[in-house]
Amino acid sequence: MIILSCSFNHLTVKKNIFQRVFYFYYEGFRSMTIGRTLWMIILIKLFIMFVIFRLFFFPNFLNTNFDTDQERSDHVIEELTKPSNDYGKH
Amino acid sequence: MENIDLALVNWSRLQFGLTAMFHWVFVPLTLGLSFIMAIMETIYVRTGNPEWKRITKFWMILFAVNFAIGVATGLILEFEFGTNWSNYSWFVGDIFGAPLAIEGIMAFFLESTFVAVMFFGWEKVSKRFHLVSTWLVAVGASLSALWILVANAWMQNPTGMRFNPDTARNEMGNFWEVLFSNTAINKFLHTVSSGYVLGAIFVIGISAWFILKKREVLFAKRSMLVASIFGLIMSLFLIVTGDESAREIAKVQPMKFAAMEGLYEGRNNAPLVVIGLIQNPDPDTTQLNEKEFAFKVEIPNLLSYMAFLDPNAFVPGIRDLVRGNRDQGIISYYERIKRGKVAINTLAEYKEALRNGDEVRSGMLRARFDDPHWVNTYFKNFGYGYYDDPADLIPSVPVAFYSFHLMVILGGLFLIVFILTAFWVLKDTIETKRWFLRVAIWTIPLVYIAGMAGWLLAEMGRQPWVIQDLMPTLAAVTKIEASSVQITFWLFALTFTILAIAEVRIMLAQIKKGPKDGGK
Repeated sequence: MIILSCSFNHLTVKKNIFQRVFYFYYEGFRSMTIGRTLWMIILIKLFIMFVIFRLFFFPNFLNTNFDTDQERSDHVIEELTKPSNDYGKH
Repeated sequence: MENIDLALVNWSRLQFGLTAMFHWVFVPLTLGLSFIMAIMETIYVRTGNPEWKRITKFWMILFAVNFAIGVATGLILEFEFGTNWSNYSWFVGDIFGAPLAIEGIMAFFLESTFVAVMFFGWEKVSKRFHLVSTWLVAVGASLSALWILVANAWMQNPTGMRFNPDTARNEMGNFWEVLFSNTAINKFLHTVSSGYVLGAIFVIGISAWFILKKREVLFAKRSMLVASIFGLIMSLFLIVTGDESAREIAKVQPMKFAAMEGLYEGRNNAPLVVIGLIQNPDPDTTQLNEKEFAFKVEIPNLLSYMAFLDPNAFVPGIRDLVRGNRDQGIISYYERIKRGKVAINTLAEYKEALRNGDEVRSGMLRARFDDPHWVNTYFKNFGYGYYDDPADLIPSVPVAFYSFHLMVILGGLFLIVFILTAFWVLKDTIETKRWFLRVAIWTIPLVYIAGMAGWLLAEMGRQPWVIQDLMPTLAAVTKIEASSVQITFWLFALTFTILAIAEVRIMLAQIKKGPKDGGK
């Protein structure tokens, strides 16, 4: 709501709040210089992280291998209660 | 888990360490620079002097570079929790999930909204609203850090929860106890104030470069003045929070405290080692892989005072913790290992009784997990049950000792840098101290090293625990192929290196351009 009270030099006062917010961001992005490079880096980074890393290399182990929370908890309990001599030195 | 693969554990640790340390390259500068920018903009709004606007906008560009390249790097840690640390992720339950969810929501709304106003809003919104946005970005960044640090503090000092043996998860018993534990408060204050110090050193170092180049001297001196006064106040605060943190460590992580001082034999009137060189004993006849000092400089009684605010207090050493000390009420690690095995076996027997439909036995075993005495006596030592040899429960003493002392010594150096900077800028003689300006530039990498040393102490100093006393690292890891962790480790290393190079190159280019119109 605070943005309602903002003054925009180049926008007509007839624009509603959503249009004003949209143009605020739109003009901001348009007038960026170094910001364009940075946004490019952000987008490439997010693509690598969420599409390549997340999809191909980082499945959630418990969600992928077990269907229910009961199965997941049974698995973890089994892992945690193995005899101690099955663990090596850290 | 037939003979856990140590290569898997070590690669998983290495991968997490790499990711966390890379993430921490960006976070402290965001924390520190945001407040310095807010102070500079406040001066601009109060004085109306456009030079301060120009100064603010220049540092805002460097903030933007750092923010853009660093943003979302922390999310990789969350991927790793699900893939590489699934036992841990399950075990911590909503204790870890709740703070991280709050962090995500806060970061999104506060930062995405007000960062946009901060960068796009010059001349579009009122001066005061822009200033409020800048301050909200600064406060929001620190508050975002709060939640992940609360989660980390809980791992150092698990409190405010109860363990549910039916689900093998820890459930939040008291949110406020988790949020306001002394460990969480100290961890938050010490960590964010270290970020503020880093931001101040960064501004002073870059400004020193401008003065050495005889460019933008007024801009540089004004930046230095703000940064040095801010840095000086934050350094003093850092000392106070560091002191509080040390006292908390002595209480809840006495092994880490002993390791960071290389203290094997506990004593009253314990001295603080100011500097020292650790070596292996020759011949090594110890059973605990003990080290000794080749030389050391000590201050009498100071360690006792630091730990318990009493110069005569007894500070337990590593041997006291392993072998126990009846006079001081310290239970030996041998006893804690036995109790831990009881807790693990009770959980196993409970599940077995459930499987067999033995309601009487399962009900009896289940009741133990609700009995405060049993929980305090046995469950609180759950993690010890994974070990047979107490030597495996001792962290690397050289890593803990050197990282602690490096952090403290560098912290002292930064304090001197702030005092001298403020003094010479106010005397208007900083331009003549060219040697000091060079030192100020080289202090930038040192402040990053100090921050990393602090995290090394926090995380390596508490090994073998991923959750103090409850879950060791080797039980937390997912049983997957070590080779797959190696692949992702190298992928991360490559990606992070490219991002780091991009950060440095873009930042250097912006610094060389200097504070012109401020840009966007």
